[in-house]
Amino acid sequence: MSASIWLLPLAPAACALAGLLVPPSGRRPAAAIAVTGTAIAFVTAVALAFGGGTYHFATRLAGFGDITVHAAVTVTPVAAYVAVAVATVALLVQVYSYAYLRDDDRYVPYAAQVALFTAAMLLVVVSDDLVLLLIGWELMGACSYLLIGHDRRLPEAPAAAVKAFLVTRVGDVGLLLGIALLGFHTGSFRIPEVLAALPDMTPGTVTAAALLVLAGAAGKSAQFPLHSWLPDAMAGPTPVSALIHAATMVAAGAFLLFRLLPLYTGAAAVVVALVAAVTMIGAALAALASDDLKRVLAWSTVSQVAFMFGGIAVAAGDAAVFHLLSHAAFKALLFLAAGAVIHVAGGNSLAAMGGLRHGAPVLFTTMTLGFAALAGIPPLSGFWSKESILGAAAGAGGLTGNLVLWAGIVTVALTAAYATRAWLLVFLGAPRGSTGHDPEPLMRWPLLILAVPTVLLGVAAFAGPVSGEPPHLWPTLPVLAATALGAAAVYLWWRREPATDPATRLGAARPLFAAGFGFDTLQRALVVIPVTLLGRFASWADVTIVDGAVDGSGHVTSATARRIAGWHLAGLPRHLWFTAAGAVLLAAVGTAAYLGMWA
Amino acid sequence: MTAVLIAVLALPAAGGVLAALGHRHRSAGWLATGFAAAGLLAAVFLPASRGDGPLWHRFDVAWAPAIGLRFDIGVDGISYPLIVLTALLTLLCCLHTMSETTRRPTALIGLLLAVEVGILGVFLAANIVAFFVFFEIVLLPMYAIIAFWGGPGRRAAAAKFALYTVLGSLLLLVGVYVVVSSTGTGDLVALAESGGGGMSPATQLVAFALLGVGFAVKSPLWPLHSWLPAAHTEAPTVGSVILAGVLLKMGTYGLIRVGLGVAPEGAHAAAPVLLVLAVAAIVVGGLICLAQRELKRLIAYSSVGHMGFVLLGIATLSGTGITAALYGNIAHGLITGLLFFLVGSIKQATGHGMLTELGGLRTTAPGLAGILGFAALASLGLPGLAGFWGEAFAVYATLAGDSTARAVAAAVAAAGAALAAAYLLRMIRRVNYGPPTAAVDGAAAALRVTPIRLALWGPLVAATVLLGVVPGLLLDGFTAAPFLEWVSR
Repeated sequence: MSASIWLLPLAPAACALAGLLVPPSGRRPAAAIAVTGTAIAFVTAVALAFGGGTYHFATRLAGFGDITVHAAVTVTPVAAYVAVAVATVALLVQVYSYAYLRDDDRYVPYAAQVALFTAAMLLVVVSDDLVLLLIGWELMGACSYLLIGHDRRLPEAPAAAVKAFLVTRVGDVGLLLGIALLGFHTGSFRIPEVLAALPDMTPGTVTAAALLVLAGAAGKSAQFPLHSWLPDAMAGPTPVSALIHAATMVAAGAFLLFRLLPLYTGAAAVVVALVAAVTMIGAALAALASDDLKRVLAWSTVSQVAFMFGGIAVAAGDAAVFHLLSHAAFKALLFLAAGAVIHVAGGNSLAAMGGLRHGAPVLFTTMTLGFAALAGIPPLSGFWSKESILGAAAGAGGLTGNLVLWAGIVTVALTAAYATRAWLLVFLGAPRGSTGHDPEPLMRWPLLILAVPTVLLGVAAFAGPVSGEPPHLWPTLPVLAATALGAAAVYLWWRREPATDPATRLGAARPLFAAGFGFDTLQRALVVIPVTLLGRFASWADVTIVDGAVDGSGHVTSATARRIAGWHLAGLPRHLWFTAAGAVLLAAVGTAAYLGMWA
Repeated sequence: MTAVLIAVLALPAAGGVLAALGHRHRSAGWLATGFAAAGLLAAVFLPASRGDGPLWHRFDVAWAPAIGLRFDIGVDGISYPLIVLTALLTLLCCLHTMSETTRRPTALIGLLLAVEVGILGVFLAANIVAFFVFFEIVLLPMYAIIAFWGGPGRRAAAAKFALYTVLGSLLLLVGVYVVVSSTGTGDLVALAESGGGGMSPATQLVAFALLGVGFAVKSPLWPLHSWLPAAHTEAPTVGSVILAGVLLKMGTYGLIRVGLGVAPEGAHAAAPVLLVLAVAAIVVGGLICLAQRELKRLIAYSSVGHMGFVLLGIATLSGTGITAALYGNIAHGLITGLLFFLVGSIKQATGHGMLTELGGLRTTAPGLAGILGFAALASLGLPGLAGFWGEAFAVYATLAGDSTARAVAAAVAAAGAALAAAYLLRMIRRVNYGPPTAAVDGAAAALRVTPIRLALWGPLVAATVLLGVVPGLLLDGFTAAPFLEWVSR
């Protein structure tokens, strides 16, 4: 059983490599290979989850001097649930993509890259060694880069792909240093050994390592201030967005913090809470203002993952993973549904949508459930998982707990507001174009399947090991009140003028919110432009100063040689004079030597 | 099994002589390529029936005893991977020369094999004077390769390469003289085992400074690198592959085998300077790459940053750091060798190296674009590929010094890895993405990944993946060598 853990990353990885060798015309074999690999991982994950135990497998991978890297994997029940979620979403995305990318001549490498992406995420989930985890971690970054840049008709896609890789890579500088710091002070990269050795480390070192790891997690999970890549990543095909947002990539950051939860106490926990609070409110405001359906969902991911970070800050690891799972279900559903909506509407703009409930009942029903779960309407999954984080925050109290709790309640209201707004604009009101039709079966079934956990996961979780206590009145009542308030406000505004986007009520603040508070401009001014200028300066200095000194020494030598050669080009009289002078000098030296003047 | 040891050196030498004799005939080129292949085969079999000593095999005869020169060669776990890399890259370069349209291919192959003999001699030498002799053998044939087969600015580039490295060699020669005259031996194994053959710390510092600057020019260490961009850019594809792939490694290998081996206390005193310059090389190299507009020049400058990581590992003087440096050497040889092959093909097919003239490669030539993307990801140190281990553990070894200064150095070096991602992805975005430019569109046929190209690039791709996934393949060899213990104690 233990060795079978390796099937989780290796089956999709092997199929990805096989898929890369398929010729571009081989759509069917490519799909079959990719689906097979993902299905093997899915079956393995389900078996491990039903096994219910904790499994380990470790072997030595490499020794660098006095420290060793292990190919060590472990699956706890919680990790098994996450693996099931990853494999389920990946499998449905593969099936959906086969239909969605029907007319795409680059489907074959796409399917392989999605399989590799899945493998990388599963490696992160099962890794028990920090260096092995880093391999899956960055491989995921590379896959996201390839997939975001997939669509060659979009001129913005290559830039978005580069941005996604670079921003997360900046965070990964921190992660690498954090892993090195932990490895050096604990003598091991194995997660259990590292955590066991934490009490022997100085608090300062633990905090430093915690913050460095947090940088990596914030990059992958698109948390402030490394969040700017995610909205742009919408340039990727919609099923890829579903994969990145629901089950891989952004979930990886929260999962890493969950694995290293004991690092986050004291000052580090306060920083995580601050990051979470700023991110969840800011991103929710941006989601409320955005006109692009995919961007609304992207900002909502940033905001919802911040809830998971909030769970980590108050040491409620299980609650954070619970939200990770329920978010995986409803966000995958929302993105896959959004793909169908965009297909019908012919664009991403919410302004061009409306009245879709008539023509597309399946789409309407499933996406309504998705939005309701996102808004946290009981008894859908999102309500329970958010509630368990905010309940833990209320229980934790103190600066960290209160920060998470109150930011969470504000965000709950905003979430209900933007979810309601998007739902109204897409499905209600007067049809603004085609009233649409339901997607074809290969795209419809994934929606129906995902609707099941979207609805039931919360209730079911209380039977499983993920969550424990049922909700308390405090803070459940204020959370429900906030939900009702946010949804009702938007609905009432919309009722008054159904033809107008409720976001116009934001007035002058709307463009600022929609642009993510101008963070991209700031990032450009503070990082991108200075580094570019520094690069130009370094290049100029290298040619002019460093190499200039080398060339200069050559020129000086040549010039000196010419000068000396010039002296030798004199006429006969001067030569005679110099010869005579030399003779006199030699005679003088000789005489002096003879007389023993230096003896 | 010293026969294999000698064959590793003798087979390419014989091939080189054959190519020189028959330099007007194409068939002689193929024959010499065969010798290069046989040399690779011999190199692969070096670990067979190895002895128990610090060197697996050793062959030692007097050469010119008056100057302490012995023909003393051997191999251990530290030199073995570099020997195989040298033999492999040279063979691939010979095949490239025969398969592409090249002016006077046989003569070029003769020179390539002469370079190979010199480089192999450097990696095999167990005598410091023999080491120096082989170090110098490389210079002239490499000069000729650049000066006769290179690009438009080849003469100036070749002259700068030769003069600059000769300057380094002179210092190296003085260093060798200091060592031999003050210890009375040139035996690199004995010198390393005894920790400097009884030289005083002051003498060791002088010796290390002289040897170190000589090797720093070759490696190259910023700011002694400025011969490199011109030489790599102007050299023909095979010249760039050999230069970046293995020639630079003579510097870093020499620093470890001779510098640390012979003058460990001198190295100790000089390490902080080396560390600071290595970190500067990583950052400055990365920044310069961001502003490059020519494809080959960009890859050339990237070597400054990557070799900075190798030198950083050496500067830590720790077992972990030196192991990382040795790993980084091999990884850089494979990945940058591949990059120069790819970039050379693009330049040859399109007639352009400027990034502004290139674009849309993934539409016109998806195969080549895919391999170029792979090579770029490998070069930026993606975990799971060969480039990761050396760079990550150089950072780890730096951080493991447990001082604030070392922690800052580690952080700056790690940030340099993010710069590498920035300039490589910028390059890929320009070359692979967007609509195809006229230059790329017109060269669709010449950009195809033909079976012969697959045979040339395939081994480098496979080795990059293999060493990324199974790093133990090389590491266990390094760790098993007693030499590593001697220099990192």
